[in-house]
Amino acid sequence: MTATERPIRVLIAKPGLDGHDRGAKVVARALRDAGMEVVYTGIRQTPQMIAEAALQEDVQVVGLSILSGAHLELFPRVLEELRARGVDDVLLFAGGIIPEVDIPAVREMGFAGVFGPGTNTADIIGFVQQHAPRRA
Amino acid sequence: MPPTTIDTADALVEGITRGDRRSLARALTLVEADSATGRAVLAALYPRTGRAQTVGVTGSAGAGKSTLVGAIAREQRRRGRSVGIIAVDPSSPFSHGAILGDRIRMQDLTSDGGVFMRSMASRGNLGGLSESAGGAVDVLDAAGFDVVMVETVGAGQDEVEVANAAGTTVLVTNPGAGDEIQSMKAGLMEVAQVMVVNKADLAGADTAVAQLRALLAIAEHAAWEPPILKAIARTGEGVPELVDAIDRHQQHLRESAHAVEERRLLAERQVIALARAALHREALAAAAANDALAPLVAEVALRGRDPRSAAEALVLAIRRAWAVEGERS
Ligand SMILES: Nc1nc2c(ncn2[C@@H]2O[C@H](COP(=O)(O)OP(=O)(O)OP(=O)(O)O)[C@@H](O)[C@H]2O)c(=O)[nH]1
Ligand SMILES: [Mg+2]
Repeated sequence: MTATERPIRVLIAKPGLDGHDRGAKVVARALRDAGMEVVYTGIRQTPQMIAEAALQEDVQVVGLSILSGAHLELFPRVLEELRARGVDDVLLFAGGIIPEVDIPAVREMGFAGVFGPGTNTADIIGFVQQHAPRRA
Repeated sequence: MPPTTIDTADALVEGITRGDRRSLARALTLVEADSATGRAVLAALYPRTGRAQTVGVTGSAGAGKSTLVGAIAREQRRRGRSVGIIAVDPSSPFSHGAILGDRIRMQDLTSDGGVFMRSMASRGNLGGLSESAGGAVDVLDAAGFDVVMVETVGAGQDEVEVANAAGTTVLVTNPGAGDEIQSMKAGLMEVAQVMVVNKADLAGADTAVAQLRALLAIAEHAAWEPPILKAIARTGEGVPELVDAIDRHQQHLRESAHAVEERRLLAERQVIALARAALHREALAAAAANDALAPLVAEVALRGRDPRSAAEALVLAIRRAWAVEGERS
């Protein structure tokens, strides 16, 4: 198998306390159906758990799904934990319920993609395929 | 993004030696991809392998393998041992993608610095699973983990081979899996050194134990009689006994009169499995390169030719392709 054929590896994680992962699972399945390998870690992940999973799984992409409204508080902590582990070359995107007014701030943090509730999964697939960093 | 400096084999090996988890993670990726760097890393690390207790955990989908691997890991941590885990899930045959969900059952272990877990997709490539999963086990072993576990769904030849590459293979079944137990006699039964009926909180556990015992009675066992245990992975009940049984088998591997012979057999199985995988790939590549396969298949499909003679013709074509290649190089 050559390096170029390797599937993109994505971590889909749910930080925070809300227990609904339907949206996260829909995204995970869509990415799988687009040929990606999706590590799904379940609900109620702490920023440390998410960063550590991203490190251990050596994913190129991390997608966070959040419905609790705590994104402005939790996302920076996830980023901090990623940086603390030297995981600084992943593509980040966020989904769930992120109010329009917060989107610039979330982008500013380093989330290249922010996808609201009505997003077509094809848009997320396209985004990941286009922006995922290549790995040797 | 340009490859970062840790991506050279030397830097990775040095990082792994230092206990750097990022180097370990990156090395596993390269080994899984079977890249040149990955091969170099493996070659450099291999002399340091052989210290870990390697354990394959296999069984049918949903048997509770991940839950059990998590419970075993927790018990091993209680015993002061560090744990590396490789969990393999099937790739979709259609999209080649995969959902790797085994971490869900081991969430708490993520924040334990003495545990490292990697999910892998089977990627459905010929013999590739045993190559990449076996290589990943070697990397974790060389990295110094006391225990290295690999979870596979016990379905195909490949998964059996992965289990085979581990020192101790644990076969996970469930109560009420009578038919399944009956039908697996030939394959998995023979590679497992420890049997466990998981979900023993459900009705029928003792029946499953009895069925396994009956099957084992007719199987042939030279020096090691596989114990049959019951466990409830969800609560951890029976897990200390399971770890004891694994320990006993590992000790048997080291100390029994057959230890040297068993190690030789294991090495033989590994080399043959890897060689078979490589040959399989190269042979099919050769057959594809000189368009040998498709016309033969078409003939057989129309019953213009029998499959056996078609296979012979294919082998001849492959040999010719290899002979030509040999002359060129
Ligand atoms: N009742 C009961 N259920 C269990 C036990 N162990 C695991 N389960 C459940 O069985 C289901 C499958 O568990 P997993 O650990 O994901 O099984 P698996 O064999 O790893 O599954 P795959 O990796 O998908 O093949 C989950 O719902 C578990 O909670 C147990 O001891 N008793
Ligand atoms: Mg599993």
